[in-house]
Amino acid sequence: MPPAQRSSSTQAATTTPATTRVVLDAADITRALTRISHEILERNKGSADLVILGIPTRGVALAHRVAAVIGQVEDSHVPSGSLDITMYRDDLRLRPARTLEPTEIPARGVDGAVVVLVDDVLFSGRTVRAALDALGDVGRPKAVQLAVLVDRGHRQLPIRADFVGKNLPTSLLERVQVSLAEYDGDDAVLISSADGAG
Amino acid sequence: MQRHLLSTADLTRDDAVQILDTAEELRSLADRPIKKLPTLRGRTVVNLFFEDSTRTRISFEAAAKRLSADVINFSAKGSSVSKGESLKDTALTLEAMGADAVVIRHGSSGAPHRLATSGWVRSSVVNAGDGTHEHPTQALLDAFTLRRHLGELDGRRVTIVGDVLHSRVARSNALLLSTLGAEVTLVAPPTLLPVGVSSWPVQTSYDLDASLDKCDAVMMLRVQSERMNDAFFPSAREYSRRYGLDDRRFARLPEHAIVMHPGPMNRGMEISADVADHARSVIVEQVTNGVAVRMAVLYLLLSREPA
Amino acid sequence: MTAYLLRGAAPLGGPTRDLLLHDGRIADPADAPTNAVTVDAAGLVALPGLVDLHTHLREPGREDSETVLTGSQAAAMGGFTAVHAMANTDPVADTAGVVEQVHNLGRVAGYVDVRPVGAVTVGLAGQRLAELGAMADSAARVRVFSDDGTCVSDAVLMRRALEYVKAFDGVIAQHAQEPRLTEGAQMNEGAMSGVLGMRGWPAVAEEAVIARDCLLAGHVGSRLHVCHVSTAGSVELIRWAKTKGWAVTAEVTPHHLMLTDELASTYDPLYKVNPPLRTAEDVDALRAGLADGTIDCVATDHAPHPTEDKECEWAAAAMGMLGLETAVSVVQHAMVDTGLLDWAAVADRMSVRPAAIGSLGDHGGTLEPGSAANVVLVDPSSLRTIDPRESVSLSRNTPYAGLELPGRVVATFLRGRATVLDGKLQ
Repeated sequence: MPPAQRSSSTQAATTTPATTRVVLDAADITRALTRISHEILERNKGSADLVILGIPTRGVALAHRVAAVIGQVEDSHVPSGSLDITMYRDDLRLRPARTLEPTEIPARGVDGAVVVLVDDVLFSGRTVRAALDALGDVGRPKAVQLAVLVDRGHRQLPIRADFVGKNLPTSLLERVQVSLAEYDGDDAVLISSADGAG
Repeated sequence: MQRHLLSTADLTRDDAVQILDTAEELRSLADRPIKKLPTLRGRTVVNLFFEDSTRTRISFEAAAKRLSADVINFSAKGSSVSKGESLKDTALTLEAMGADAVVIRHGSSGAPHRLATSGWVRSSVVNAGDGTHEHPTQALLDAFTLRRHLGELDGRRVTIVGDVLHSRVARSNALLLSTLGAEVTLVAPPTLLPVGVSSWPVQTSYDLDASLDKCDAVMMLRVQSERMNDAFFPSAREYSRRYGLDDRRFARLPEHAIVMHPGPMNRGMEISADVADHARSVIVEQVTNGVAVRMAVLYLLLSREPA
Repeated sequence: MTAYLLRGAAPLGGPTRDLLLHDGRIADPADAPTNAVTVDAAGLVALPGLVDLHTHLREPGREDSETVLTGSQAAAMGGFTAVHAMANTDPVADTAGVVEQVHNLGRVAGYVDVRPVGAVTVGLAGQRLAELGAMADSAARVRVFSDDGTCVSDAVLMRRALEYVKAFDGVIAQHAQEPRLTEGAQMNEGAMSGVLGMRGWPAVAEEAVIARDCLLAGHVGSRLHVCHVSTAGSVELIRWAKTKGWAVTAEVTPHHLMLTDELASTYDPLYKVNPPLRTAEDVDALRAGLADGTIDCVATDHAPHPTEDKECEWAAAAMGMLGLETAVSVVQHAMVDTGLLDWAAVADRMSVRPAAIGSLGDHGGTLEPGSAANVVLVDPSSLRTIDPRESVSLSRNTPYAGLELPGRVVATFLRGRATVLDGKLQ
């Protein structure tokens, strides 16, 4: 079954090319994830106790990629998985019910681990807030860090990323779309203006 | 999905799949240290039970509580309802208490429908069994259990055996499993099949033995021995001999076939004790799955903009 | 007494002419007194005052749902000049005392002639005959006897009743419902009842009793009237009985001419009625039966119930629906606008024949000079949306609420006196 589409749909990119531009291409994304992986290792002085958890949908693929890079560098296995936050959202009354995404916690669990949450775009911070609540119900990590591919600003909560692929100042009218090979065929980060995003 | 869950006939295939997929994710919650989600915090779910059914009520109560909803249990016995208060007044009381969802079990077919369409309440209404009409969440949990064991239900053969005439479980299952692509066969003595069953999306048969060889699951319905007093069948023994799932019949089922029963069972009547306790009997698992399915239903009905 | 000159009416829907109602009789318009009130009847159909063989007025006993007065008013608004008040009151109309009381209440109310129906058995219990002769001899002059609401299911008792009423040219109006086949029944037994999970009410439960009763009536040579025929099979049986020359008559309700059991899928008890709404095939057969005269007449089975008896779950609800004020509209919709009956035939089925069955001398007459001035004026071109709040009945349980129906009663005259004028109760 295809994953449910979130804000990072590729639709607008193909239908309204005039108002859409590429911010990161495939090579940029690979470089960003590699850098983030190294920063994680540096910050945590190695990969011991690391658990990389992606926030569905696209955060999950990013988490697996980051875990793979770290694993290569360290020549070890870094557990990765997914953490669905649907049931922890604070806007359930405002939008139609969402189908749940899988939560897959690696077998070691999260107790005592350093959990790195991974998402594609950091925006209001509400998703991360929900993820922290969801994580708390799964176990008690030693520390929680946040990695995002793009930080587009406009935070509504006191939340900040530990690792950022690209800071991307945006207008609230603009839309940031992340395409990933795992879901969308190729890697790209696109920005489009709202009127063109339809 | 609609605002209420009154009949499985109201569920499209997409609706049903969404409920089952959601329940699949929620079921994993049972394995976690903290079995509670904050999703329905501040919402009120009322269990309005005009008929005793501890099993169903507890299942809905657990489902609501795991979603952090406030639960009010309203049992008709010993309450103002047994003193002649009307369904309408009860409904207005619940409305005044701010119920977001009313889970109703009622002895009269259509009572949940009435509650939902009368304009007495604004809440979502969930049918937890009405008269001899429907029991949609039971069918959903049955479909969920079937899917866990058999995979997707397209083309799967499910045989439902027993008192179809008086069974809300059979009605809901016949509609839902057909919607999900399964081939349903209802097996019963002619007296216990409803008039007009030929218009249902199912096969019917009077012969259980003929229906066993190819079925992927067999669902036994509870048969009340009192029915023989109304001449639906001559005796409990004859019923059991012709329509009971005994060890001999069980041996004729395909290797992968599972045995289901909505409970409570009459061991020795419609199902033998050995079959009921067999490894391929999923009767206890049905109960576990009931909580996840009811969580999914409550979540999907309530996590939407109030009407 | 005021004389009324109805200008330009179309008697029985035929050529227009003036009608004079004077001194309780229809008279020659040329003799109109100078102070006669002129009613503009252009475009209106004039019919003899309608006669209902089957009305529940609920008094005595359930004055919260209807009284003889309010039921009479509803009847007048529906174009009726005579109604038969069913016996299932509390106390039951099974003695001369009760039928005389109802008869008197009707006279005092003065809107229609109220003809009490006497119970066939004491207390409608189906055990022993009520004093049919005493009721026939009473001031109420009862001629129609019925246990309506329950069936005289005992074959011997039914035979005796049929025989006994021959002495005073009475008729037994049977509510045909085999009791064992309909225990706990909620709606028509068929595809819908199976889907809705409700106890079904098989057609055979009605037809078996009708077949038996026709045979009994033929055997003892008495008059049988079949109440509220609701199935295609019943129509066939009655058609067969009539070919035998037996004195069997039958009625159909307006709702069985229009509504089907599909409505039960709403679970709204407004549609719960005895006999139940049947299928579209049954509706077609009933219409055909009424059109060819197999079914003699339309009778409303007007059955008022207080709101609380309908504002509940289906199984707990009372059976029955209002009918008096909407009967003409439903008949126009189902029979006239479909070309099955013309207005002359409507007069036959809603006035002439029911008056004959009930032995009502003053009703069901012609519109020629000399006849009693029981007249109704109907505007067939009018369309109205049924609003239960506008009903003059004490109850609101109409199944037609919100429906747009043709036909409106403009005026009703009972022996020359206007009970309804300009669509308003007088």
